Amino acid sequence: MDHLENAPNDPIIVCEDVHKWFDDFHVLKGITTSFQKGEKAVICGPSGSGKSTFIRTLNRLEEHQRGTIIVDGVELSDDLRNINLIRQEVGMVFQQFNLFPHLTNLQNITLGPIRVRKMTKSEAEEIALSLLERVDIVDQAYKYPSEISGGQQQRVAIARALAMEPKIMLFDEPTSALDPEMITEVLDVMRELARSGMTMLVVTHEMGFAREVADRILFFDEGAIVEDAAPANFFDNPQHERTKLFISQTLQH
Amino acid sequence: MKILSWLKDNLFSTWYNTLLTVLALGFVYFLSKGILVWAFTDANWDVIPANLQLFSVGAYPRSEIWRVWVVLYTVCALLGLSGGIWGGLPFRFAIGIGSVGFVCALLPLFEWATRGWIFGNVALLGAFLVLGVNVRGLVSKMRPWILGAWLLSFPWTLIMLRGFGENSVLTTNWGGLLLTLILAAVGIVFCFPLGVLLALGRRSSFPAVKWVSTAYIELVRGVPLITILFMAQIMIPIFMPNVRLDKVLRAMLGITFFSAAYMAENVRGGLQAIPKGQYEAAHALGLNYPLTTLFIILPQALRSVIPAIVGQFIALFKDTSLVTIVGLLDLLGIAKTVIANPDWLGLQAEVYLFVAVIYFVFSYSMSYVSQKIETALGVGKT
Amino acid sequence: MSIPFWRDVRVLRVLLQVLFLIGIFLLAGVLYTNMLTGLSNLGLTLNLDFLGNEAGFDISEGIEYEPSETYLKAFWVGVVNTLKVSLIGIVCATILGLVVGIARLSSNWLIRTIAAIYVECFRNIPLLLQILFWYTAVILQLPRVRESISLFEGVFINQRGVYLPSPEPTAGLNVWGGFLLAGLVLAVILYILRAKQLQRLERPGFRAKWALPAFLIVAVLGWFLTPEIPFTLDFPVLRGFNFVGGLSLSPEFSALLIGLSVYTGAFIAEIVRSGIQAVAKGQREAARAVGLSESQTLQLVVLPQAIPIIVPPLTSQYLNLAKNSSLAIAIGFPDVFSIGNTMMLQTGQSIPVFAMIMVSYLIMSLTTSAAMNWYNRWITRNR
Repeated sequence: MDHLENAPNDPIIVCEDVHKWFDDFHVLKGITTSFQKGEKAVICGPSGSGKSTFIRTLNRLEEHQRGTIIVDGVELSDDLRNINLIRQEVGMVFQQFNLFPHLTNLQNITLGPIRVRKMTKSEAEEIALSLLERVDIVDQAYKYPSEISGGQQQRVAIARALAMEPKIMLFDEPTSALDPEMITEVLDVMRELARSGMTMLVVTHEMGFAREVADRILFFDEGAIVEDAAPANFFDNPQHERTKLFISQTLQH
Repeated sequence: MKILSWLKDNLFSTWYNTLLTVLALGFVYFLSKGILVWAFTDANWDVIPANLQLFSVGAYPRSEIWRVWVVLYTVCALLGLSGGIWGGLPFRFAIGIGSVGFVCALLPLFEWATRGWIFGNVALLGAFLVLGVNVRGLVSKMRPWILGAWLLSFPWTLIMLRGFGENSVLTTNWGGLLLTLILAAVGIVFCFPLGVLLALGRRSSFPAVKWVSTAYIELVRGVPLITILFMAQIMIPIFMPNVRLDKVLRAMLGITFFSAAYMAENVRGGLQAIPKGQYEAAHALGLNYPLTTLFIILPQALRSVIPAIVGQFIALFKDTSLVTIVGLLDLLGIAKTVIANPDWLGLQAEVYLFVAVIYFVFSYSMSYVSQKIETALGVGKT
Repeated sequence: MSIPFWRDVRVLRVLLQVLFLIGIFLLAGVLYTNMLTGLSNLGLTLNLDFLGNEAGFDISEGIEYEPSETYLKAFWVGVVNTLKVSLIGIVCATILGLVVGIARLSSNWLIRTIAAIYVECFRNIPLLLQILFWYTAVILQLPRVRESISLFEGVFINQRGVYLPSPEPTAGLNVWGGFLLAGLVLAVILYILRAKQLQRLERPGFRAKWALPAFLIVAVLGWFLTPEIPFTLDFPVLRGFNFVGGLSLSPEFSALLIGLSVYTGAFIAEIVRSGIQAVAKGQREAARAVGLSESQTLQLVVLPQAIPIIVPPLTSQYLNLAKNSSLAIAIGFPDVFSIGNTMMLQTGQSIPVFAMIMVSYLIMSLTTSAAMNWYNRWITRNR
């Protein structure tokens, strides 16, 4: 952890030898790592390398079968209370946005605070509107997700996750389903979020974003972390052949 | 000229189309001639007005008919209010019902007193419609209250029709269109939640729940309604000897439990169409299973299967006629008793046609309204 | 650090299911004990021995049966009657539905409208009402036997039913049967040849183009070459108060058949219409643009795509028809349900009889859906 020697040693996520199988397929082969409070980590790797599965185990959308994951001091296990606690602390943004099409953008954002955090409707709407302001689409509040563009939908999705006031934000390829001209607007929102000090784990192929924002880049291949380095080291001095190949391939685009 | 070119395009475009048109014209001519000649010369329509009360309410005591009117007034008031507040489709629906009532009151079909009552209904509906339109802007939270009122109107109807004490009207005296509508309403109101539960059960990740639900659904869908109705009549007294349920109630149970299985399959279709991402997004927000189901999954699933659900309701409405076979006097049962009456011997065609028209009007208007809802909600759009 | 069991997802999963099953079993148990006490109060025991007893009631139509035979035989008569009316009903409803469904898409306004009126009328009126109407208001109002309507030679319609000439096989049938067999072999060979030719030419076409005419020619030739005509027609003749000979359909059977076919036909028509419409219009136009004729388009482009859409809802309509045949009890046609009902009234053994009725319908439902699923897979594979 030499690249993080300045940061206080205050891990918010600790993973210890995490394994996961889909039937016979060994997706995660003993992931051991930890993330500091306020850290911005980018996770990359070829498709099928287990990177998405990994961040989905962090809020138990996927169960891991061996090893331990501790998020904010709470262990992710079969304990129902812990699962619910962690899901409230961990926000997630999906590749396909997954907004609720039958609710307006505003209702998409207020649903969690009202039903889970037990806020009053007016409190929740106040928060939702300020979040929409923050992601710069307050004028779309009363429209339905199907009536706005993909980039706008993803920004609503980010606002929806933020409305739960999470300590950690997970991004699962947030720009992969977007048209090129909309990627920037989503990345801008994420940059702003990074500046605000949020702990962020981002699965993405946007290497420019990684170089600019990340404190640390993890490279996944075949279910294991192959390379774990600060951006400068990662891009300029990769240690592994697989990483070199991946970087040369991605940077061509 | 327009007419001529329309005729050419739509009736005489080719030689075989011309031939078909001529044949079809002949068919229509002979059929309508036969029906019209019969209807205006041979048929004896006196049987209808003479038994109108039987057709409407069956053996409901004349002295207690006011209860039915109270129920009708309640429904009309609610309908008017909803139409006024919602506008759009409910508004047009209320206007439609009002116009039908108005025409009925004008025509000399009913006794003067009845026509007066109907007229009162129309007036009440109109008054509440106007009221609704006027309070639309004033009270923002009216809609949940109106929906609540609709829900309450249901037990209110049953209690009102049944009554208490000496003057109570036993369900065995309920009959005619009244009984048909009550059976259909009870079936619709109760089979819906039961069907949703069964559908959720069938998609449950708990194998025990899944298999029990699946077994129930497939078993019920594999047998005819009439077996279920007979079972309700014969088996309930055997299996639950301590519970005294009257015949009508047992029929209601049979219809509800039968339709629930079909409803479950419709709802399941909607559930299957929900992408996995919706569940994941809800879980990621910390919503648990009940909250996810109630606020995320069901609203979407149900909306996408509205046409199938209404189709199921129409089928249920028609299926209520099967209670005739277990001896209840619903609309069709009353028709059979009227035909069996020596005063009206040999008037099967007249009576059955009349009853058929009533069934048709109800079931056709339901499918018409469902088509309108479909377009209004934009089912099929994402 | 162990998790308290009331929060452990794995324990909860098992616990909730066990509780659910205990609930179901408790309910079943209560019902079962209630049933046993109820039965013992009535002096009945739960067994199937009564099935061997003499039935003692008459059945108006069906396979050969005497009242002195057993309940089991009587029940079987009902099963066969249900199957008979369901199968014939399915055939009639399918033909009717196909014709009306295609008529609804006709370019002829009048045909289209008549078809639409038919569909809307008959599917919005309860089937039971329709059956009662056909039975009491139409068939029973027909002329008496002596004044029978005779449409053609040997066809009589009266209030006792419909009488048709029935074909009676003669010795010539064996010879003609030989011709048919030869024709069939020839047709199969020609079909394979044609299929191979089409494959070689790499173009689509009607595979039975040679086989069908060849079979028909052999069949017709054989008819005339056979020394004795293979069939004679047995005409119904008025003897005393009724017709004898020929094929007769009882009023109950006819009313049930008409009711089921007309009602289900309306639903099938809608299925056919929407199936054909679902095959995008552009597809048809594209096919026409390639130079396929109208019938080739229907055969090679529209139907192969429409059939997989049509089959699943069609199956459920067939099942509905079979189940709806239980309305026979309203007009006294001896189907399985109505005979079962008589058995229940006579023996009081309502529970086993109900079980038998339900099992009969379940077997029918399951076999039909299995057959249709198989057909659906076959048609998908072969397109």
